[in-house]
Amino acid sequence: MQRIAVIDYGMGNLHSVSKAIEHVAPDDEVIVTDDEALIRSADRIVCPGQGAAADCMAAISQHGLTSMLVDIVDTRPFLGICMGYQVLFDHSEENGGVDCLGIVGGQVKRFAAPLHTPEGERLKVPHMGWSQVNQAVEHPVWHGITDASRFYFAHSYFCQPSQVEHVSGYCDYGHKIAVSIARGSIFACQFHPEKSADHGLQLLQNFVGWDGVQ
Amino acid sequence: MGVAKRVIPCLDVDAGRVVKGVKFLEIRDAGDPVNVARGYNEAGADEITFLDITASSDNRDTILHVVEQVASEVFIPLTVGGGIRQVSDVRRLLNAGADKVGINTAAVTRPELVREASDKVGSQCIVVALDAKQVSAPGEPQRWEIFTHGGRKPTGIDAVQWAIKMADFGAGEILLTSMDRDGTKIGFDLALTRAISDAVQIPVIASGGVGNLDHLADGVLKGGADAVLAASIFHFGEYSIREAKQHMADRSIEVRL
Repeated sequence: MQRIAVIDYGMGNLHSVSKAIEHVAPDDEVIVTDDEALIRSADRIVCPGQGAAADCMAAISQHGLTSMLVDIVDTRPFLGICMGYQVLFDHSEENGGVDCLGIVGGQVKRFAAPLHTPEGERLKVPHMGWSQVNQAVEHPVWHGITDASRFYFAHSYFCQPSQVEHVSGYCDYGHKIAVSIARGSIFACQFHPEKSADHGLQLLQNFVGWDGVQ
Repeated sequence: MGVAKRVIPCLDVDAGRVVKGVKFLEIRDAGDPVNVARGYNEAGADEITFLDITASSDNRDTILHVVEQVASEVFIPLTVGGGIRQVSDVRRLLNAGADKVGINTAAVTRPELVREASDKVGSQCIVVALDAKQVSAPGEPQRWEIFTHGGRKPTGIDAVQWAIKMADFGAGEILLTSMDRDGTKIGFDLALTRAISDAVQIPVIASGGVGNLDHLADGVLKGGADAVLAASIFHFGEYSIREAKQHMADRSIEVRL
Protein backbone atom coordinates (compact mmCIF):
# COMPACT_ATOMS: atom_id res chain seq x y z
CA MET A 1 0.00 0.00 0.00
CA GLN A 2 1.24 3.46 -0.82
CA ARG A 3 0.16 6.89 0.36
CA ILE A 4 -1.04 9.41 -2.22
CA ALA A 5 -1.43 13.01 -1.08
CA VAL A 6 -3.90 15.30 -2.82
CA ILE A 7 -2.83 18.82 -1.88
CA ASP A 8 -5.68 20.89 -0.46
CA TYR A 9 -4.83 24.57 -0.55
CA GLY A 10 -8.46 25.63 -0.64
CA MET A 11 -8.78 26.14 -4.38
CA GLY A 12 -11.41 24.11 -6.09
CA ASN A 13 -13.07 20.81 -6.21
CA LEU A 14 -10.90 18.12 -4.68
CA HIS A 15 -13.73 15.67 -4.28
CA SER A 16 -13.66 14.48 -7.88
CA VAL A 17 -9.86 14.20 -8.00
CA SER A 18 -9.62 12.21 -4.79
CA LYS A 19 -12.54 9.95 -5.72
CA ALA A 20 -11.10 9.27 -9.16
CA ILE A 21 -7.76 8.30 -7.59
CA GLU A 22 -9.47 6.09 -5.03
CA HIS A 23 -11.32 4.52 -7.94
CA VAL A 24 -8.10 3.52 -9.74
CA ALA A 25 -6.12 2.78 -6.57
CA PRO A 26 -8.61 1.10 -4.22
CA ASP A 27 -5.86 -0.47 -2.10
CA ASP A 28 -3.89 2.72 -1.57
CA GLU A 29 -4.31 5.41 1.03
CA VAL A 30 -5.50 8.68 -0.51
CA ILE A 31 -5.24 11.71 1.77
CA VAL A 32 -6.53 15.20 1.03
CA THR A 33 -4.40 17.58 3.06
CA ASP A 34 -2.47 20.83 3.38
CA ASP A 35 -0.26 19.44 6.15
CA GLU A 36 3.37 19.69 5.12
CA ALA A 37 4.52 16.68 7.15
CA LEU A 38 1.77 14.51 5.71
CA ILE A 39 2.50 15.66 2.18
CA ARG A 40 6.20 14.94 2.70
CA SER A 41 5.32 11.47 4.00
CA ALA A 42 3.42 10.59 0.82
CA ASP A 43 4.80 8.33 -1.90
CA ARG A 44 3.27 10.45 -4.62
CA ILE A 45 1.59 13.80 -4.86
CA VAL A 46 -1.34 15.19 -6.80
CA CYS A 47 -1.77 18.95 -7.03
CA PRO A 48 -5.15 20.02 -8.47
CA GLY A 49 -6.56 23.53 -8.44
CA GLN A 50 -9.18 25.80 -9.94
CA GLY A 51 -9.78 29.49 -10.01
CA ALA A 52 -7.67 32.52 -10.73
CA ALA A 53 -3.86 32.38 -10.75
CA ALA A 54 -3.43 35.16 -8.17
CA ASP A 55 -5.82 33.43 -5.75
CA CYS A 56 -4.09 30.08 -6.26
CA MET A 57 -0.63 31.50 -5.64
CA ALA A 58 -1.88 33.40 -2.58
CA ALA A 59 -3.55 30.25 -1.24
CA ILE A 60 -0.41 28.15 -1.76
CA SER A 61 1.54 30.78 0.14
CA GLN A 62 -1.04 31.14 2.94
CA HIS A 63 -0.98 27.40 3.45
CA GLY A 64 2.80 27.60 3.77
CA LEU A 65 3.35 25.30 0.82
CA THR A 66 5.45 27.38 -1.57
CA SER A 67 8.96 26.23 -0.71
CA MET A 68 7.79 22.71 0.11
CA LEU A 69 6.35 22.36 -3.40
CA VAL A 70 9.55 23.60 -4.99
CA ASP A 71 11.50 21.14 -2.83
CA ILE A 72 9.40 18.11 -3.33
CA VAL A 73 8.33 17.97 -6.97
CA ASP A 74 11.54 16.33 -8.14
CA THR A 75 11.71 13.81 -5.32
CA ARG A 76 8.69 11.58 -6.07
CA PRO A 77 5.98 11.24 -8.72
CA PHE A 78 4.05 14.49 -8.95
CA LEU A 79 0.88 15.13 -10.95
CA GLY A 80 -0.32 18.69 -11.51
CA ILE A 81 -3.83 19.24 -12.88
CA CYS A 82 -5.29 22.45 -14.38
CA MET A 83 -4.14 25.27 -12.05
CA GLY A 84 -1.80 22.70 -10.54
CA TYR A 85 -0.18 22.68 -13.98
CA GLN A 86 -0.19 26.44 -14.59
CA VAL A 87 1.33 27.38 -11.22
CA LEU A 88 4.45 25.33 -12.02
CA PHE A 89 5.54 27.93 -14.59
CA ASP A 90 7.45 31.19 -14.05
CA HIS A 91 4.67 33.67 -14.58
CA SER A 92 1.01 34.02 -15.52
CA GLU A 93 -0.51 37.05 -17.19
CA GLU A 94 -3.81 36.46 -15.37
CA ASN A 95 -4.93 39.11 -12.83
CA GLY A 96 -2.59 41.67 -14.35
CA GLY A 97 0.45 39.42 -13.93
CA VAL A 98 1.32 36.92 -11.20
CA ASP A 99 4.63 35.27 -10.39
CA CYS A 100 4.16 31.53 -10.15
CA LEU A 101 6.36 28.79 -8.66
CA GLY A 102 9.02 28.87 -11.37
CA ILE A 103 9.55 25.11 -11.23
CA VAL A 104 9.22 24.82 -15.00
CA GLY A 105 10.39 27.58 -17.35
CA GLY A 106 7.64 29.33 -19.26
CA GLN A 107 4.68 31.67 -19.30
CA VAL A 108 0.91 31.36 -18.89
CA LYS A 109 -1.04 33.47 -21.39
CA ARG A 110 -4.63 34.29 -22.15
CA PHE A 111 -6.20 33.05 -25.37
CA ALA A 112 -6.35 36.05 -27.67
CA ALA A 113 -9.74 36.53 -29.32
CA PRO A 114 -10.79 35.90 -31.98
CA LEU A 115 -9.64 32.31 -32.32
CA HIS A 116 -10.47 30.17 -35.32
CA THR A 117 -9.91 26.61 -36.49
CA PRO A 118 -7.89 26.13 -39.69
CA GLU A 119 -11.30 25.61 -41.36
CA GLY A 120 -12.36 29.09 -40.26
CA GLU A 121 -14.76 28.07 -37.52
CA ARG A 122 -14.82 30.44 -34.55
CA LEU A 123 -13.53 29.05 -31.25
CA LYS A 124 -14.90 30.19 -27.91
CA VAL A 125 -13.07 31.15 -24.73
CA PRO A 126 -13.07 29.49 -22.21
CA HIS A 127 -11.87 26.43 -24.09
CA MET A 128 -14.54 24.16 -22.66
CA GLY A 129 -15.03 20.56 -23.63
CA TRP A 130 -13.30 17.54 -25.14
CA SER A 131 -10.26 18.06 -27.35
CA GLN A 132 -7.76 15.68 -28.87
CA VAL A 133 -4.40 15.51 -27.13
CA ASN A 134 -1.44 14.61 -29.29
CA GLN A 135 1.25 12.84 -27.31
CA ALA A 136 4.60 14.51 -27.88
CA VAL A 137 6.67 11.86 -26.14
CA GLU A 138 6.42 8.27 -25.07
CA HIS A 139 5.78 8.31 -21.38
CA PRO A 140 4.60 5.75 -18.80
CA VAL A 141 1.68 8.06 -17.93
CA TRP A 142 0.43 7.77 -21.54
CA HIS A 143 0.56 3.98 -21.42
CA GLY A 144 -2.49 2.35 -23.01
CA ILE A 145 -3.96 5.66 -24.15
CA THR A 146 -4.27 5.99 -27.92
CA ASP A 147 -2.60 9.05 -29.37
CA ALA A 148 -5.08 11.87 -30.09
CA SER A 149 -7.58 10.63 -27.50
CA ARG A 150 -9.94 13.30 -26.21
CA PHE A 151 -9.67 14.82 -22.74
CA TYR A 152 -11.88 17.36 -20.98
CA PHE A 153 -10.69 20.98 -20.78
CA ALA A 154 -12.05 24.08 -19.04
CA HIS A 155 -9.62 27.01 -19.20
CA SER A 156 -9.05 30.52 -20.55
CA TYR A 157 -5.26 30.64 -20.09
CA PHE A 158 -2.69 28.35 -21.67
CA CYS A 159 0.94 27.51 -20.91
CA GLN A 160 3.96 28.22 -23.08
CA PRO A 161 6.87 26.15 -21.75
CA SER A 162 10.23 27.71 -22.63
CA GLN A 163 11.81 24.35 -23.31
CA VAL A 164 10.03 22.31 -25.94
CA GLU A 165 11.58 19.08 -24.65
CA HIS A 166 9.41 19.36 -21.53
CA VAL A 167 6.18 19.20 -23.53
CA SER A 168 4.47 15.81 -23.35
CA GLY A 169 1.17 16.68 -25.01
CA TYR A 170 -0.25 19.18 -27.49
CA CYS A 171 -3.70 20.26 -28.50
CA ASP A 172 -4.86 22.48 -31.35
CA TYR A 173 -7.07 25.30 -30.18
CA GLY A 174 -6.68 28.15 -32.62
CA HIS A 175 -3.00 27.37 -32.49
CA LYS A 176 -0.87 24.55 -31.15
CA ILE A 177 -0.77 24.69 -27.35
CA ALA A 178 1.23 22.65 -24.86
CA VAL A 179 -1.35 20.92 -22.68
CA SER A 180 0.95 18.68 -20.69
CA ILE A 181 4.54 18.54 -19.60
CA ALA A 182 6.83 15.78 -18.35
CA ARG A 183 10.14 16.42 -16.64
CA GLY A 184 11.72 13.80 -14.43
CA SER A 185 9.17 12.86 -11.77
CA ILE A 186 6.76 15.64 -12.81
CA PHE A 187 3.79 15.09 -15.09
CA ALA A 188 1.31 17.94 -15.30
CA CYS A 189 -1.64 18.65 -17.55
CA GLN A 190 -4.08 21.40 -18.39
CA PHE A 191 -6.97 18.99 -18.97
CA HIS A 192 -8.90 17.17 -16.25
CA PRO A 193 -8.14 13.44 -16.16
CA GLU A 194 -10.61 13.07 -13.29
CA LYS A 195 -13.36 14.27 -15.67
CA SER A 196 -12.19 12.56 -18.85
CA ALA A 197 -14.01 9.25 -18.52
CA ASP A 198 -12.02 6.11 -19.42
CA HIS A 199 -8.92 7.81 -20.86
CA GLY A 200 -8.67 10.02 -17.82
CA LEU A 201 -8.96 7.10 -15.43
CA GLN A 202 -6.33 5.25 -17.43
CA LEU A 203 -3.98 8.21 -17.08
CA LEU A 204 -4.56 8.34 -13.32
CA GLN A 205 -4.03 4.60 -13.04
CA ASN A 206 -0.77 4.96 -14.95
CA PHE A 207 0.30 7.75 -12.63
CA VAL A 208 -0.35 5.80 -9.43
CA GLY A 209 1.73 2.93 -10.80
CA TRP A 210 4.54 5.08 -12.19
CA ASP A 211 8.00 4.94 -10.60
CA GLY A 212 8.69 8.58 -11.47
CA VAL A 213 11.32 7.80 -14.06
CA GLN A 214 10.65 9.21 -17.48
CA MET B 1 -9.72 20.70 -35.14
CA GLY B 2 -10.68 22.41 -31.96
CA VAL B 3 -13.11 21.09 -29.46
CA ALA B 4 -15.90 18.54 -29.88
CA LYS B 5 -19.47 19.79 -29.84
CA ARG B 6 -20.98 18.37 -26.70
CA VAL B 7 -24.16 16.34 -26.27
CA ILE B 8 -25.63 16.78 -22.81
CA PRO B 9 -28.58 14.91 -21.32
CA CYS B 10 -30.48 16.90 -18.70
CA LEU B 11 -32.14 15.25 -15.74
CA ASP B 12 -34.71 16.71 -13.36
CA VAL B 13 -34.01 15.75 -9.76
CA ASP B 14 -36.65 16.14 -7.04
CA ALA B 15 -35.70 15.44 -3.44
CA GLY B 16 -32.80 13.26 -4.54
CA ARG B 17 -34.65 11.24 -7.16
CA VAL B 18 -34.65 11.47 -10.94
CA VAL B 19 -38.16 12.34 -12.07
CA LYS B 20 -39.79 12.01 -15.49
CA GLY B 21 -37.98 8.69 -15.42
CA VAL B 22 -35.44 7.41 -17.82
CA LYS B 23 -37.05 4.64 -19.79
CA PHE B 24 -34.35 3.10 -21.93
CA LEU B 25 -31.29 2.44 -19.83
CA GLU B 26 -31.35 -1.07 -18.53
CA ILE B 27 -30.82 -0.11 -14.97
CA ARG B 28 -32.32 -1.46 -11.83
CA ASP B 29 -33.57 1.82 -10.48
CA ALA B 30 -34.27 4.55 -13.03
CA GLY B 31 -34.94 7.02 -10.24
CA ASP B 32 -31.45 6.69 -8.80
CA PRO B 33 -29.27 9.55 -10.08
CA VAL B 34 -26.09 7.49 -9.76
CA ASN B 35 -27.49 4.69 -11.92
CA VAL B 36 -28.80 7.11 -14.51
CA ALA B 37 -25.55 9.11 -14.63
CA ARG B 38 -23.54 5.92 -14.96
CA GLY B 39 -25.78 4.76 -17.80
CA TYR B 40 -25.37 8.03 -19.67
CA ASN B 41 -21.61 7.99 -19.15
CA GLU B 42 -21.46 4.51 -20.66
CA ALA B 43 -23.65 5.70 -23.51
CA GLY B 44 -21.08 8.40 -24.34
CA ALA B 45 -22.61 11.56 -22.87
CA ASP B 46 -20.06 14.39 -22.82
CA GLU B 47 -21.44 15.91 -19.66
CA ILE B 48 -24.51 15.55 -17.46
CA THR B 49 -26.77 18.33 -16.22
CA PHE B 50 -28.93 17.96 -13.14
CA LEU B 51 -31.73 20.41 -12.64
CA ASP B 52 -32.79 20.40 -9.00
CA ILE B 53 -36.53 21.01 -8.89
CA THR B 54 -36.92 20.26 -5.19
CA ALA B 55 -39.58 22.62 -3.94
CA SER B 56 -39.50 21.90 -0.22
CA SER B 57 -36.73 23.67 1.62
CA ASP B 58 -36.53 20.69 4.00
CA ASN B 59 -35.12 18.65 1.16
CA ARG B 60 -32.81 21.30 -0.24
CA ASP B 61 -29.65 19.50 0.83
CA THR B 62 -30.57 16.23 -0.86
CA ILE B 63 -29.01 17.55 -4.07
CA LEU B 64 -25.64 17.77 -2.30
CA HIS B 65 -25.77 14.07 -1.48
CA VAL B 66 -26.76 13.28 -5.03
CA VAL B 67 -23.83 15.27 -6.40
CA GLU B 68 -21.42 13.64 -3.96
CA GLN B 69 -22.55 10.16 -4.91
CA VAL B 70 -22.52 10.79 -8.64
CA ALA B 71 -19.13 12.52 -8.58
CA SER B 72 -17.68 9.58 -6.66
CA GLU B 73 -18.55 7.13 -9.38
CA VAL B 74 -19.02 8.92 -12.69
CA PHE B 75 -15.99 10.70 -14.05
CA ILE B 76 -17.35 13.16 -16.59
CA PRO B 77 -18.32 16.80 -16.05
CA LEU B 78 -21.38 17.46 -13.97
CA THR B 79 -23.42 20.67 -14.04
CA VAL B 80 -26.04 21.38 -11.40
CA GLY B 81 -28.69 24.08 -11.55
CA GLY B 82 -31.77 25.05 -9.62
CA GLY B 83 -32.25 26.99 -6.41
CA ILE B 84 -28.91 28.81 -6.42
CA ARG B 85 -29.30 32.04 -4.45
CA GLN B 86 -25.87 32.96 -3.15
CA VAL B 87 -22.17 32.27 -3.51
CA SER B 88 -22.28 29.83 -0.61
CA ASP B 89 -24.78 27.68 -2.60
CA VAL B 90 -22.28 27.62 -5.47
CA ARG B 91 -19.42 26.65 -3.18
CA ARG B 92 -21.34 23.86 -1.51
CA LEU B 93 -22.24 22.29 -4.85
CA LEU B 94 -18.67 22.54 -6.15
CA ASN B 95 -17.29 21.09 -2.94
CA ALA B 96 -19.74 18.22 -3.25
CA GLY B 97 -18.25 17.42 -6.66
CA ALA B 98 -20.13 19.51 -9.24
CA ASP B 99 -17.92 21.00 -11.95
CA LYS B 100 -20.24 23.79 -12.94
CA VAL B 101 -23.20 25.48 -11.35
CA GLY B 102 -26.11 26.96 -13.28
CA ILE B 103 -27.52 30.28 -12.09
CA ASN B 104 -30.87 31.40 -13.49
CA THR B 105 -33.42 33.53 -11.62
CA ALA B 106 -30.92 34.73 -9.03
CA ALA B 107 -28.85 36.29 -11.82
CA VAL B 108 -31.87 38.32 -12.91
CA THR B 109 -32.72 39.33 -9.36
CA ARG B 110 -29.14 40.24 -8.52
CA PRO B 111 -26.68 40.19 -11.45
CA GLU B 112 -23.72 40.88 -9.12
CA LEU B 113 -24.09 37.30 -7.87
CA VAL B 114 -22.60 36.14 -11.17
CA ARG B 115 -19.62 38.44 -10.73
CA GLU B 116 -19.08 37.45 -7.11
CA ALA B 117 -19.35 33.76 -7.89
CA SER B 118 -17.03 33.83 -10.88
CA ASP B 119 -14.47 35.92 -8.97
CA LYS B 120 -14.55 33.37 -6.19
CA VAL B 121 -14.56 30.07 -8.06
CA GLY B 122 -13.54 30.95 -11.61
CA SER B 123 -15.62 31.62 -14.71
CA GLN B 124 -15.27 28.04 -15.91
CA CYS B 125 -17.54 26.93 -13.04
CA ILE B 126 -20.34 29.42 -13.68
CA VAL B 127 -23.09 28.72 -16.20
CA VAL B 128 -25.76 31.37 -16.58
CA ALA B 129 -29.06 29.79 -17.57
CA LEU B 130 -31.09 32.12 -19.70
CA ASP B 131 -34.77 31.52 -20.51
CA ALA B 132 -35.82 33.56 -23.52
CA LYS B 133 -39.05 34.13 -25.42
CA GLN B 134 -39.60 35.95 -28.68
CA VAL B 135 -41.40 39.26 -28.12
CA SER B 136 -41.23 40.83 -31.58
CA ALA B 137 -44.29 40.65 -33.79
CA PRO B 138 -44.10 38.83 -37.14
CA GLY B 139 -42.44 41.07 -39.69
CA GLU B 140 -40.53 43.07 -37.08
CA PRO B 141 -36.80 42.52 -36.51
CA GLN B 142 -36.61 39.53 -34.16
CA ARG B 143 -36.23 40.29 -30.49
CA TRP B 144 -36.25 38.07 -27.45
CA GLU B 145 -36.76 38.83 -23.80
CA ILE B 146 -35.68 37.08 -20.60
CA PHE B 147 -38.49 35.38 -18.72
CA THR B 148 -38.43 33.84 -15.26
CA HIS B 149 -40.73 31.48 -13.37
CA GLY B 150 -40.78 28.85 -16.09
CA GLY B 151 -41.51 31.37 -18.82
CA ARG B 152 -44.46 33.02 -17.12
CA LYS B 153 -42.88 36.22 -15.86
CA PRO B 154 -41.46 38.76 -18.30
CA THR B 155 -38.52 40.86 -17.13
CA GLY B 156 -38.29 43.41 -19.92
CA ILE B 157 -34.62 42.45 -20.39
CA ASP B 158 -33.40 41.95 -23.95
CA ALA B 159 -31.96 38.43 -24.25
CA VAL B 160 -28.95 39.31 -26.42
CA GLN B 161 -27.98 42.27 -24.23
CA TRP B 162 -28.40 40.08 -21.17
CA ALA B 163 -26.09 37.41 -22.57
CA ILE B 164 -23.43 40.04 -23.27
CA LYS B 165 -23.80 41.44 -19.76
CA MET B 166 -23.58 38.01 -18.13
CA ALA B 167 -20.42 37.23 -20.12
CA ASP B 168 -18.96 40.55 -18.93
CA PHE B 169 -19.86 39.64 -15.37
CA GLY B 170 -17.79 36.48 -15.64
CA ALA B 171 -20.15 33.73 -16.80
CA GLY B 172 -18.10 30.94 -18.36
CA GLU B 173 -20.93 29.54 -20.41
CA ILE B 174 -24.56 30.23 -21.31
CA LEU B 175 -27.31 27.65 -21.16
CA LEU B 176 -29.88 29.09 -23.52
CA THR B 177 -33.44 27.78 -23.39
CA SER B 178 -36.12 28.94 -25.79
CA MET B 179 -39.34 29.05 -23.78
CA ASP B 180 -41.27 29.14 -27.07
CA ARG B 181 -39.79 25.82 -28.10
CA ASP B 182 -39.39 24.00 -24.78
CA GLY B 183 -41.43 20.80 -24.91
CA THR B 184 -42.57 21.33 -28.52
CA LYS B 185 -40.18 18.90 -30.27
CA ILE B 186 -40.06 21.16 -33.34
CA GLY B 187 -36.40 22.09 -32.94
CA PHE B 188 -34.31 24.81 -31.31
CA ASP B 189 -35.08 28.47 -31.94
CA LEU B 190 -32.14 28.74 -34.33
CA ALA B 191 -32.35 32.49 -34.86
CA LEU B 192 -32.20 33.02 -31.10
CA THR B 193 -29.32 30.58 -30.72
CA ARG B 194 -27.39 32.24 -33.54
CA ALA B 195 -28.02 35.73 -32.16
CA ILE B 196 -26.72 34.81 -28.70
CA SER B 197 -23.81 32.68 -29.91
CA ASP B 198 -22.57 35.41 -32.24
CA ALA B 199 -22.90 38.07 -29.54
CA VAL B 200 -20.65 36.44 -26.94
CA GLN B 201 -17.19 34.94 -26.81
CA ILE B 202 -18.17 32.24 -24.27
CA PRO B 203 -19.67 28.84 -25.21
CA VAL B 204 -23.44 28.55 -25.66
CA ILE B 205 -25.46 25.42 -24.89
CA ALA B 206 -28.69 25.26 -26.90
CA SER B 207 -31.78 23.88 -25.19
CA GLY B 208 -35.52 23.63 -25.75
CA GLY B 209 -37.42 21.95 -28.55
CA VAL B 210 -35.34 18.97 -29.64
CA GLY B 211 -37.48 16.31 -31.34
CA ASN B 212 -35.04 14.58 -33.66
CA LEU B 213 -31.36 14.26 -34.45
CA ASP B 214 -31.35 16.86 -37.21
CA HIS B 215 -32.47 19.37 -34.62
CA LEU B 216 -29.26 18.71 -32.67
CA ALA B 217 -27.09 19.10 -35.77
CA ASP B 218 -28.98 22.25 -36.81
CA GLY B 219 -28.37 23.74 -33.38
CA VAL B 220 -24.65 23.53 -34.07
CA LEU B 221 -24.53 24.19 -37.81
CA LYS B 222 -27.22 26.84 -38.09
CA GLY B 223 -27.50 28.10 -34.52
CA GLY B 224 -23.77 28.18 -33.82
CA ALA B 225 -24.20 26.29 -30.52
CA ASP B 226 -21.15 24.79 -28.82
CA ALA B 227 -23.19 22.13 -27.07
CA VAL B 228 -26.71 20.75 -27.31
CA LEU B 229 -28.85 19.76 -24.38
CA ALA B 230 -31.89 17.54 -24.49
CA ALA B 231 -34.05 15.56 -22.11
CA SER B 232 -36.98 13.60 -23.41
CA ILE B 233 -35.53 12.28 -26.69
CA PHE B 234 -32.81 10.58 -24.68
CA HIS B 235 -34.77 9.61 -21.58
CA PHE B 236 -37.49 7.83 -23.48
CA GLY B 237 -35.07 5.97 -25.68
CA GLU B 238 -36.17 7.54 -28.96
CA TYR B 239 -32.49 8.06 -29.73
CA SER B 240 -29.34 7.04 -27.96
CA ILE B 241 -26.53 9.48 -27.22
CA ARG B 242 -24.35 7.48 -29.58
CA GLU B 243 -26.87 7.74 -32.44
CA ALA B 244 -27.06 11.46 -31.82
CA LYS B 245 -23.30 11.86 -32.04
CA GLN B 246 -23.00 9.61 -35.08
CA HIS B 247 -25.66 11.66 -36.82
CA MET B 248 -23.83 14.87 -35.98
CA ALA B 249 -20.56 13.36 -37.21
CA ASP B 250 -22.30 12.38 -40.47
CA ARG B 251 -23.17 16.04 -40.86
CA SER B 252 -19.47 16.93 -40.47
CA ILE B 253 -19.67 18.09 -36.86
CA GLU B 254 -16.67 17.35 -34.64
CA VAL B 255 -17.88 15.09 -31.81
CA ARG B 256 -16.30 12.73 -29.28
CA LEU B 257 -17.16 9.24 -30.52
